[in-house]
Amino acid sequence: MEILSILLLVFPFLGFLTIGLLQKRMNRNLSGILASAVIFINLILAGVLFGYVSSSNLTVETNLFDWIQFSNITIPFALSVDRLSALMLLIVNGIGLLIHIYSIGYMKEDEGVNRFFSYLNLFIFFMLILVLSSNYLCLFIGWEGVGLCSYLLIGFWFKDHANNDAAKKAFIMNRIGDLGFLLGIFILFTTFKTLNISEIAAKASLMPSGDLTLTAITLCLFVGAMGKSAQIPLFTWLPDAMAGPTPVSALIHAATMVTAGIYLVARSSVLFVLSPVTMNIILVVGAVTALVGGLIAIFQNDIKKILAYSTVSQLGFMFMGLGLGSFSGAMFHLTTHAFFKALLFLGAGSVIHALGNEQDIRKMGGLRKKIPFTFALFTIGTIAISGIPPFAGFFSKEVILTAAFEQGLGMGVLATSISLLTTIYMFRLLFIAFFKPESKELKANHHVHESPKVMLYPMAILAVFSVIAGFVQLPKLFSETQGFDNFLSPIFAKATSLVPAAGPGLDVQTEWMIFGVPLAFIGLLVLMTYNLFVNDNEISEAKGIANVFSNKFYFDEIYDFCIVKPVGFISDLFREFIDQTIINGIINGIGNGTLFVGKRLRRLQTGNVGFYLTIMVLSIIAILFFNIIL
Amino acid sequence: MEQIQTIPLQYYILFCSALFSIGVIGVLAKRNALVIFMSVELMLNSANLLLTAFSAYRNDPAGQIFVFFIMVVAAAEVAIGLALLVVVYRSTKTIDINALNRLKN
Repeated sequence: MEILSILLLVFPFLGFLTIGLLQKRMNRNLSGILASAVIFINLILAGVLFGYVSSSNLTVETNLFDWIQFSNITIPFALSVDRLSALMLLIVNGIGLLIHIYSIGYMKEDEGVNRFFSYLNLFIFFMLILVLSSNYLCLFIGWEGVGLCSYLLIGFWFKDHANNDAAKKAFIMNRIGDLGFLLGIFILFTTFKTLNISEIAAKASLMPSGDLTLTAITLCLFVGAMGKSAQIPLFTWLPDAMAGPTPVSALIHAATMVTAGIYLVARSSVLFVLSPVTMNIILVVGAVTALVGGLIAIFQNDIKKILAYSTVSQLGFMFMGLGLGSFSGAMFHLTTHAFFKALLFLGAGSVIHALGNEQDIRKMGGLRKKIPFTFALFTIGTIAISGIPPFAGFFSKEVILTAAFEQGLGMGVLATSISLLTTIYMFRLLFIAFFKPESKELKANHHVHESPKVMLYPMAILAVFSVIAGFVQLPKLFSETQGFDNFLSPIFAKATSLVPAAGPGLDVQTEWMIFGVPLAFIGLLVLMTYNLFVNDNEISEAKGIANVFSNKFYFDEIYDFCIVKPVGFISDLFREFIDQTIINGIINGIGNGTLFVGKRLRRLQTGNVGFYLTIMVLSIIAILFFNIIL
Repeated sequence: MEQIQTIPLQYYILFCSALFSIGVIGVLAKRNALVIFMSVELMLNSANLLLTAFSAYRNDPAGQIFVFFIMVVAAAEVAIGLALLVVVYRSTKTIDINALNRLKN
């Protein structure tokens, strides 16, 4: 089994090297197939590992080599596969494979297709390091690596300057979070003298709840998670990251990389449950992000931007789950979200592909008849994300909502209303893009065509999973066995044993309420959005408070004013005054001074040997006298 | 030894200083490279003579050993120096040191 976990890393890296090094020579059709084949092998390996880990309940530990050995510090490069990482392995490789295959169709015409696939394989490689590593430092390598791939792929079409800006923005925003993560690692090391995740968990579980060091560590780790998982205040990079190709948005910025923050918190569950302050902060940040993301998504007109803000909102929802202590609920939502959000992004990609790079939903409409397959698959994704049973989103949201209601009625109502925002923005998108009468731009466009099969089949598979993935865990109301909870319970057992057991579970009445009331609202909202958007009216410009939403709460403007402008001002000051005037002045002064002195001293070099001899003798006499005097 | 010591040491010192000064003045005042060379040799020999004198007065042969060494090195130096002078003469047809400032450019 150990060799499998190493091979998991070897294959994508080999794929990256082969395609990356031969990108100028390789046949453009071959690279996609090669990249997909590599991930396919990986998926099989991941499946084997998953089967082994879930049946034996063992952890596969692999020590590759001792990476850092310095006095009493020993940090190995080690991999470990437990149930949590096995689950992530399946998600990363499974969805990765589907998106690789989809990209063969989507990127067919692009000249940089080889570069694209090499980056994708590199991303999978780093994501697997992130998921598999058994200590925080190796996890950090993966963490930075996926950030790098994200940067490379957002700026994939680097000829457009805006894409580069978006890539830089993502990278810099992530740096802020990474700084927090690094600080967290430093404190972890000074506190526990090790970075091994399970050893730290074992040592930390002996510490008292609310310990200040633990709070500091968890806060730092959460800052890292905030950056990577696009939470307020570090979320503005994710919508801009949509500048990259759509499969990238699906793979990196929806299904896998952005969920790394949630994975990190779930991995460190023991640390987090012992610091209630951090848990509350996570809850608040998650709730605010889910709310803000949802509200902004309702008023966007770019199909990918809507999905991006939806991702922000759903990630916030997962963090709410974590903050409520429902680690497996958050992981469950992460899993189902990976399916239907990847499906939605691929659907959006299919729409964009069909319309020839048109992303504005106001210029769509009536796509239901033009591209029926995409429409059907997109609808499945929409229903799944809105939480309508029996699709996957319903089951995973249900877990988090139940956790919220267990916390109190107010929290439950808040969580429910946040999750209802999903219905509004997703059905608005669906109705405007697919049901509304055709826009004049669309009528003028005669090249609308359904996407090729190589793009539709991966979407179909994702759609199947979006429908059935939820059934691994039915709500408590219908089933005694909690499949997903039980699967992950060994991972979170220590964490759950540390918190006082929650009061008696909800009574059946409340459970039915949690089940029914949101459904009624969802039905109502679907009807409402249908009436609002499926008519021939122009979509009115946002007014009043809606204006704030459609302008993304002016987050970018505020950051621009508070941070970018002052930093720009200071840089200008440094460049124009300190560098140009002072430093340049000193350097030039030294140069000019030397030239001046040299010009004067040159006169001494007469070339007259007699003169030299005289100087020599006089100098010797001077030295002699000097010695005598002293 | 005794013969050397019949002359007081001050005489040697004065004689050597005079010899050395003549050498210095020769180096400074003459323009003929060959004469300058000879003046340099004069200075060397004055130093040699002084060394032998001191060595004899102190009954210490080390000074005389020094002198042998200095003479050997001086011979080598003269060989190189004269060779240089020959080359200079061949290219400039003079051994006036003021003619050597054309190296400047």
